[in-house]
Amino acid sequence: MELRKSYFADVRKDDLHEIGQPRPRSDSPGHVTGKTAFFADRNFPGTLHLKMVRSPHHHARIRSIDTSEAERHPGVVKVLTAKDVPHNVYTILILIQIGPEDETVLADGKVRWKGEPVVAVLAETERAAQEAAAKVKIDYEVLPAVFDMEEALKPGAPLVNEYHGQNYYLYDSGECRKVRFGDVEAGFASADHVLEQSYQSSPIEHAPTETTGCVVAPEGNDRFTCYTNTQAMFFTLDNASIILQMPGNKLHFVGGTVGGGFGGKVDVIVEPIAILGAKLTGRPVSFIYSREEEMQISSPRAAEKVVIKDGVMKDGRIVARKVTGYTDAGAYSRHSPYGAQKGAGHYPGPYTIPNVWIDTYCVYTNRTPSSAMRGFGVTIGDFALEVQMDKLARLIGMDPLEFRFINAYRDGDMKAHRQPTEGAALIECMQEASRAANWPVAEKFMAMSSYVKGA
Amino acid sequence: MALALQTFATVKDANTALKSQGSRYLGGGTLVVRAANEGDVSVSSLVRSTDPALSSIAVTDGKVRIGASVTMAAIARHPDLSSLARAARAVGGPAVRNMATVGGNLFAPAPYGDFAVALLALDATVSTDDGEAPIETFLTGRDSNRAIVTTVGFVLPPQGDFRFLKVSRVKPKGVSVLSIAAVLELAGDGTVSAARIALGCMADRPTRARAAEKALIGRRLTKDGIAPALAAAGEGTSPITDPIASAWYRAEVLPVHLGRLLLT
Amino acid sequence: MAKVPVQFTLNGSEKAEFIDSGTTLLHALRDKIGDTSPKGGCHQGTCGACSVIIDGELRLSCLTLAETCNGAAISTTSGLSEGGVLHPLQRAFLDTFATQCGFCTPGMIMAAKMLLDHTPNPSRDEVVEALSGNICRCTGYEPIIQAVLTAARSNSQNAA
Repeated sequence: MELRKSYFADVRKDDLHEIGQPRPRSDSPGHVTGKTAFFADRNFPGTLHLKMVRSPHHHARIRSIDTSEAERHPGVVKVLTAKDVPHNVYTILILIQIGPEDETVLADGKVRWKGEPVVAVLAETERAAQEAAAKVKIDYEVLPAVFDMEEALKPGAPLVNEYHGQNYYLYDSGECRKVRFGDVEAGFASADHVLEQSYQSSPIEHAPTETTGCVVAPEGNDRFTCYTNTQAMFFTLDNASIILQMPGNKLHFVGGTVGGGFGGKVDVIVEPIAILGAKLTGRPVSFIYSREEEMQISSPRAAEKVVIKDGVMKDGRIVARKVTGYTDAGAYSRHSPYGAQKGAGHYPGPYTIPNVWIDTYCVYTNRTPSSAMRGFGVTIGDFALEVQMDKLARLIGMDPLEFRFINAYRDGDMKAHRQPTEGAALIECMQEASRAANWPVAEKFMAMSSYVKGA
Repeated sequence: MALALQTFATVKDANTALKSQGSRYLGGGTLVVRAANEGDVSVSSLVRSTDPALSSIAVTDGKVRIGASVTMAAIARHPDLSSLARAARAVGGPAVRNMATVGGNLFAPAPYGDFAVALLALDATVSTDDGEAPIETFLTGRDSNRAIVTTVGFVLPPQGDFRFLKVSRVKPKGVSVLSIAAVLELAGDGTVSAARIALGCMADRPTRARAAEKALIGRRLTKDGIAPALAAAGEGTSPITDPIASAWYRAEVLPVHLGRLLLT
Repeated sequence: MAKVPVQFTLNGSEKAEFIDSGTTLLHALRDKIGDTSPKGGCHQGTCGACSVIIDGELRLSCLTLAETCNGAAISTTSGLSEGGVLHPLQRAFLDTFATQCGFCTPGMIMAAKMLLDHTPNPSRDEVVEALSGNICRCTGYEPIIQAVLTAARSNSQNAA
């Protein structure tokens, strides 16, 4: 490893002792000997296995559920439906006072995506649970479904989620998150060129090597220990507490060791229902997604569509940028309204543009609910923005790297969402990249600095 | 009903046990144990035979007979089967190759079953206790087949006549976008005198590229010579769509890869 | 439910258990015998996290039925370090930062051990091929490849 200390040399105290020094990872000895305890490595005698009966339809009304045959299946100990869940509302971000309460733990009356959990079967063995799950009879009235965001926003589209009343999340700012900065239309009018392009992405699954799951052990005294690979320990604790209507001191969560998460394990999906199973049976319960469930059921990164319109001058300055972003939440909100909001703040990119207009929509469709994944709300936007930057550079016949130097934000620049820039280092990163990639740029760009004295 | 394994010394006894409902033959486990793990409850009984004949490889006078339980790894390291090693090594990673069997590969649904594609190009014969069948007949009827495959047999083509290519997105090893196997005989003047080309992933099971075969006869293996064969490559195929690739994509890239195989 | 006996050696010590017929070796090792070093990542034969060595061959314990292993000699990552001394592969994985979440590590080490047992001085391509059935979703392949090459070098230095 190498630290380039030439950058910001006059504004930095060079007293780094840890940074730049290799240090052994504290968890590695456990990993290389196979001793690290992942949640599924906890083994309790008499553990019950939970299998979920899921909706085979994208959108349907549940007419009736008949679990009698499943309950009689050998090895089955308990079958759970919506009526068994004390507070059948799942609200991932309630801890930080963010709703909406638009999702159930087990479907109640309706299913809104293919794979939605409807009935939980607990049995002595995985096999018995699988066999019994196949015997649950659910009568569905299939409803029209919508899978495309722009279709979902059209009048007359099937209503995905009654909680919202329309197929988009209603922010306090209205139907979308908005950023308004300068006069974008005046900017386009003054521009030498205007380029509008549209970009879109599909959902992306995190595909962690260890699938989502938990093992719950009753401790007696109505207290339960939940061994879990959640990435969000306290979201899990308070959601479980609310869903189960149990005080938090009855719930003991053990975790922190995660076999790959990447944002895919912040959804608190498995823990509440597994704890409920343990509470109602008095037995340890294991609920672990199969690989197929991990790929199909766990929430992916949202599909996005980004429309970018830029006004650019022949000298390389971007003078106006208008972005309309669409985030496909799937059938329920989870983290997606937050993701779309992040996009709104991010879309100008790391560039200083005097006139900006941004609308980002969080749209509901009958697809698998999407949620967090490494830089969600930002990553797809970055892809779109940087492809757009290359196109703009080509349009005005400029080197794409020099084009970025011209527009790069520097300390003190006001960003479109009214946060002054501080601690910028984009210029220095590009200077280093220019050297590393042997992609020379004009000397004046190599002499630039992100640091502006007094900014 | 819980899953149970029954082991028999002879194929005959195993065949009898297979007649009961819910039973499946267990080869290397890469298909049936996988299905059971994923919750396929239609299988309640696994049957296997430890008959040593199922695990033997015999090569005499260029004629090859491979027991159905022979693994991909065993084929890949057999000194007389070096021309097929590339096809055997195309299956899975090292651990899968130590488990996956020749017999099982005949039943693997696309995008799996790369070695069966090779066997189809080799014009293999598939044997069960009921008799022998050409591989094409066997593959067509494999869904209703109830008799344990005991061996596959074929004539080893002369060195260089057998070609194999597996295309995957992940390097060095991934699931097939498609696979192609070909046995090409060349006349003294360098033109193709006989051709058998088999394709994987271009249908739900290995399939022949008959139009391409026909278009190769009398042609040289040059860019111009193979052009009619490439144009005809997709005729009669119905590629699968799966998370690896769409049917459209497979159809688009087939001629490209067939061309690479023919020109190597 | 029919219980069947299984008996094999695990990392050199005798093990005997009664298990349900049809139980995978992965479940038998983890839930009955208590060796949780093989991990269940996909139960499909795709990820390699459950890799173990059976009679000198790398196998996937998730697709192997335990009762087919009667009389076999089975090795797992938990048996690699003797008396608290790390195996050269374990040492190399540690030193080259070849672990991230750690879930794929025991399977990777088994696949790497199989390679080095037969090919003490592998090329980089041979290492890549040997690990081709093992997925590291944290995508730390480069340090893992370096770890195997480092272990091979330290082995040959010790042998010299």
